[in-house]
Amino acid sequence: MSWEEMVESGKVPAWPYPIRYGREKKISIDVLVLGGGIAGCWAAIAAARKGLKVALVEKGATLRSGSGGAGCDHWIYTANPCSTITPEEMVDAELASTGGYSNAISRYIASKEGYDTLLELEQMGGKIRDTENEFKGAEFRDEKTKFCFAYDYQNKLHFRVWGTTFKPALYKECKRLGVAIYDRTMATSLLTEGGEQGTPVAGATALNVRTGEFLLFKAKAAVMCLSRPQRVWQFSSELNGFSTLRPQTNTGNGHAMAWRAGASFTQMEKSVVSTMGSGYTFAPYSTGNPFNTWFACTMIDANGKEVPWVDRDGRILKSVSERYRPAPGQKFMGERGATYQYGRPQLIPDLVERIKKGEFTLPLYADLPGMPEMERRVIFGMMVAEEGKTKIPIVEAYTQAGFDPRIDLLQSYIMLGGEMIGPKAEMVRTGLPQQRTFGEVGDAGGLVIDWDLKTTLDGLYAAGDQLFAGNYHHHAAATGRYAGRKAAEYAMKTAETVINRKQVEVEKARVYAPVDRKEGIDWKELNAGTCRVMQNYCGDPKNGELLKIGLLWLNDIEHNEASKGYATNPHKLMRLLEVKDILTCSRMIINACLARKASSSFLDFHRLDYPELDPPEWNKWVTVKLENREVKIGQLALDYWGPLKKNYEAHNKNYVGFMNR
Amino acid sequence: MKKKTYAIPNVPTPNRPVLLNANLCSGCNKCVQVCPMDVFIPNPKKGGPPFILYPEECWYDGACVMHCPKKGAIQLNHPLMQRVRWKRKETDEHLRV
Repeated sequence: MSWEEMVESGKVPAWPYPIRYGREKKISIDVLVLGGGIAGCWAAIAAARKGLKVALVEKGATLRSGSGGAGCDHWIYTANPCSTITPEEMVDAELASTGGYSNAISRYIASKEGYDTLLELEQMGGKIRDTENEFKGAEFRDEKTKFCFAYDYQNKLHFRVWGTTFKPALYKECKRLGVAIYDRTMATSLLTEGGEQGTPVAGATALNVRTGEFLLFKAKAAVMCLSRPQRVWQFSSELNGFSTLRPQTNTGNGHAMAWRAGASFTQMEKSVVSTMGSGYTFAPYSTGNPFNTWFACTMIDANGKEVPWVDRDGRILKSVSERYRPAPGQKFMGERGATYQYGRPQLIPDLVERIKKGEFTLPLYADLPGMPEMERRVIFGMMVAEEGKTKIPIVEAYTQAGFDPRIDLLQSYIMLGGEMIGPKAEMVRTGLPQQRTFGEVGDAGGLVIDWDLKTTLDGLYAAGDQLFAGNYHHHAAATGRYAGRKAAEYAMKTAETVINRKQVEVEKARVYAPVDRKEGIDWKELNAGTCRVMQNYCGDPKNGELLKIGLLWLNDIEHNEASKGYATNPHKLMRLLEVKDILTCSRMIINACLARKASSSFLDFHRLDYPELDPPEWNKWVTVKLENREVKIGQLALDYWGPLKKNYEAHNKNYVGFMNR
Repeated sequence: MKKKTYAIPNVPTPNRPVLLNANLCSGCNKCVQVCPMDVFIPNPKKGGPPFILYPEECWYDGACVMHCPKKGAIQLNHPLMQRVRWKRKETDEHLRV
């Protein structure tokens, strides 16, 4: 039935689920996992394997939810028997590309345990190698193991994987292990000992987003896997759907909840320019381009002229094959090619200038027809197909419309406003300084953790993109698996927790307030309004005065419009609560920006009142948290994790994986 | 010619993220259950195709299509502003989704 038919017939359907506002459901378990994405599923599986009672709370549907639900094309920086590159070397590459601002703990775990995780995924039903022999004889395939590799064919540290099979396999395993899955359930707050800020975590509250029922989870340990906030600077429901890497329901609920509970965060001041999420870009990987999923596709101009590929030394590469090999004197290539040491081949870096001078004619196209057959088939049909949001929206939809990679040139929108990645260097983003993102792409701020992936709150662990400076599917999987087992070990030696009734009542009042109102601001307008404040007062460049004014206006919106938000059904209540959490995250971000009194090239952070770029005394992590309801600033040494191998081994004496079997 | 006309507000944009074929759809509601964004509601008439209640919230991940048991019953429909173009190499013919 169309909207018009519904209105004309006067038959607007009743809400199809029973309304249960205010009704409470109490659940008592050992380990509570918040978030049913990749990290959450792995955490639940790991905890359940230890024989504990586990509950998994997911706002959507665990079968396909999260950034990795729809698929995954690459599993990277993973030590494995086909590669000689060590976890220490891989973490070094990540640290080099971020100037030290990377989460070496979580990335070391991911590199060290990633292969074990991948093999377990295969046992669950995930496809991780070329079992159908579609790529027999290909340069990127290891004939003995049938593993296919991406980016660096020589060093084989980045796998190509069939990720559309992953989430259903994880979901099935969760059910097999008896994990109690609560789908359509949005976590709204952490419950703490005595209801205080900063005390050990005792559980969480949640809202059923179809019935409005209130759930109380009592748990000995919790693992937070709620990704990170998006829609902080840019939001448009008319344009956004297609063009984000992560689902728009990643609204920083975890960040907001943990913040209110008094957990410590870091790197919250980092944001980057990106038109992703602005609505002006096409869906990730839906256009012809040479990046990541499409690496290393030949690009040609409107007249068929090929754009040269160069290595890190500027040498023009004569064959397609050379694009996947390290340069002379280079040991291995990273997934992100930002540094000379680990940089991948790329299109000529002065491409834009040369287009403007007339050497190449716009538009550019991806020359799939001109690629060697194996490379063409692995790019369009495997990578574009298995990567999230590509199988149906790109491969199936384009094929149905008549697209054939053997004879068609998919257009690139470089310089035409539709690309999310710029042509100069692979991760240069295009857009205005105000068009920023925190969570859409790359590393971002998150929870401070130790070698057990424990946050600064006892009983609370974290994994995936919820971690500061974390990123990637393989990282979410490996850290989820790690945090799950650590949370389980803690739960096994912890007494029952006690829920503080007053804390529950305060939260219930907060959650249900919009339900009784019949008018007020709608969630979309509220989101656009908070984004406007962030664009104007937390853009680039910044200064203390602007940041303080920004905070003033966010607080004002919170006390005025946001407190008058209304929701006419549980779904809209979910959306409104999401925006309120975005607002909280925006305040966290501004507070962190105020705390960093120096500019930083690595954090894309520029202050006119502190213009010096990365002065040595500011090469550190700036932490923020709430203590006694006040913002407290702290710091951590940039390499606070200490020696990686030694500390990992000290914290994982009983772990047996492929590296120590 | 008289036509009964109603005061109808603007439809959400985009309005048709998926296309449902009522002849092929059995109303099993698997798409309703798997959608990460929860944009659907089941049809009040059992066996009928679901309604897309919040079309502008669609993320275009295609989970609904991936899990539909009947091929062709549900199809992803790109909004007009999100349609990518291509060119046939040999003929220079311009095409699009």
